[in-house]
Amino acid sequence: MGRITLDKVAKRFGDVEVIPPLDLTIEDGEFVVFVGPSGCGKSTLLRLIAGLEDVSAGQIRINGNDATMTPPAKRGLAMVFQSYALYPHMSVRKNIAFPLKMAGVDQATQDAKIEAAAKALNLTAYLDRRPGQLSGGQRQRVAIGRAIVREPDAFLFDEPLSNLDAALRVNMRLEISELHNTLKTTMIYVTHDQVEAMTMADKIVVLQAGNIEQVGSPLELYHKPRNAFVAGFIGSPKMNLVPGSTANDSSHTFGIRPEHLDISDSEGLWHGVVGVSEHLGSDTFLRVTVPGMEEHLTVRANGDIPLRHGDKVYLTPQADKVHRFDSKGLRIE
Amino acid sequence: MATKQSRSAARIMLAPAVILLLGWMLVPLVMTLWFSFRQYLPLRGGDQGFVGFDNYIRFISSSSFWPSVQTTLIIVGGVLAITVVLGVVLALLLDQPMWGQGIVRILVIAPFFVMPTVSALVWKNMFMDPVNGLFAHVWKFFGATPVEWLSQASMQSIIMIVSWQWLPFATLILLTAVQSLDSEQLEAAEMDGAPFRSRFWYLILPHLARAITIVVLIQTIFLLSIFAEIFVTTGGAFGTRTLSYLIFQRVLESQNIGLGSAGGVYAIILANIVAIFLMRIVGKNLDA
Repeated sequence: MGRITLDKVAKRFGDVEVIPPLDLTIEDGEFVVFVGPSGCGKSTLLRLIAGLEDVSAGQIRINGNDATMTPPAKRGLAMVFQSYALYPHMSVRKNIAFPLKMAGVDQATQDAKIEAAAKALNLTAYLDRRPGQLSGGQRQRVAIGRAIVREPDAFLFDEPLSNLDAALRVNMRLEISELHNTLKTTMIYVTHDQVEAMTMADKIVVLQAGNIEQVGSPLELYHKPRNAFVAGFIGSPKMNLVPGSTANDSSHTFGIRPEHLDISDSEGLWHGVVGVSEHLGSDTFLRVTVPGMEEHLTVRANGDIPLRHGDKVYLTPQADKVHRFDSKGLRIE
Repeated sequence: MATKQSRSAARIMLAPAVILLLGWMLVPLVMTLWFSFRQYLPLRGGDQGFVGFDNYIRFISSSSFWPSVQTTLIIVGGVLAITVVLGVVLALLLDQPMWGQGIVRILVIAPFFVMPTVSALVWKNMFMDPVNGLFAHVWKFFGATPVEWLSQASMQSIIMIVSWQWLPFATLILLTAVQSLDSEQLEAAEMDGAPFRSRFWYLILPHLARAITIVVLIQTIFLLSIFAEIFVTTGGAFGTRTLSYLIFQRVLESQNIGLGSAGGVYAIILANIVAIFLMRIVGKNLDA
């Protein structure tokens, strides 16, 4: 079981309100990702749930029980830190054993659990090494191993992949998703990378300045962003957001994703010049400068499109894929 | 210093400093060795030629020799134990956020700036004096007979004075080490259910091992040769005669330079034996 409810939880540091009162429910077995730009309060929110910070107001309930004042160790949560926070003086085996030892588990059970975790995480060969002798990915796995053996109600991940290189990050992303499918335990994952959020989450919580902007499944957020911030944050490359007037539209802000712009060499809504284009092989991202528009439009085109720097193109947004926002940034249906 | 040319240029430029330091070290050492083999009594006939190992035999067979070695080791050991234990405690306390942190830290470091002679005199006259000392007043307040610190508890008194002087040094080095401990590690341990006792034992103490080693090694070097504190308090009486004090007495009070020099050579040997033991015990902490 791992159902976590935040009820009007707020956090202030002195006079600064980092997190205004917010409500959130995380269902048992869900993979929830907190995503937002740096400084949006997502890590603070995670630390509040973990108990590493005290809440200024509100209530945290874990499995229905009030855990607001419960010390971190008694909440039944395990955390994986950004820096891994492995104990440098202990071998991998002792690192993984530490929470068990603190819980007073007997030696035979400890050994069995460590073996199982090491096997699941491909660490068997490294059990007697020190963290300093491991690579970044291996350290990450040890940190996860240390969390798994506690058999917690929920796992908390605080930007666990940000210290890894790009290739390893993709791998670990898959491994963590795989782990979630095997364990079926609640996971809360904090990241600033919307790709991680989109690929891993059952439910994404988009935060900005401590406020929850939108909660929903990855595709809900992609197809129906509640406001212009979420629209610009979710999706890669970013959605093009232009003033409605430039699109002959009544809305305040007119949004169209790069993949929903049709390219033509003879006619279209906008007429512009191709700037830098990024060829990824499968796709080509074009930056198009349209006269009268402050920002460039990003267009996602086919990988072998023959357009080059300086070419003139016509762009037309696909009518049913358009997002419209009012002057407060809220979505207009 | 990659090329042959730059290496030889570097050698030439380093040479003056190396030669100066070498001379600085070798001249007194050679002079000590030279005098240790001679009968040299400045007030009783001056330099009277070589006497072989006579000085060495006389120094070591004196009834004061072994007690002085013992005294030296007890003082060094006692001060090390007190400064390291209290240093760790103080470092952990000073690491806590508190009001007036800057002033408190300066106050803690202050004793280190007091000269050994001065601090020993302050302790002797203001605290330990059996009639007017602060301790005597405290004892009298509770109706107890004041302790004559420097005669009845002479070793404890000296260890106390010297510990007071060296505690700031230990605290300062250990404080920087405490501050360099990754807070996420402590948080991880907290989430793993480790109470403070376990966090201290499994995380903080291993992290401090290297700093403690440095404190122990540096303090040993200075503590083996403490002199002023003994000179101004007990004057070597009441079982507080250390090896360095014994050498002082042989040279200046008995006016026997040859005998004192032999004692100096024994002091070098003792320091080396202590150093070997220390490196065996704690030296491995220094390997990265």
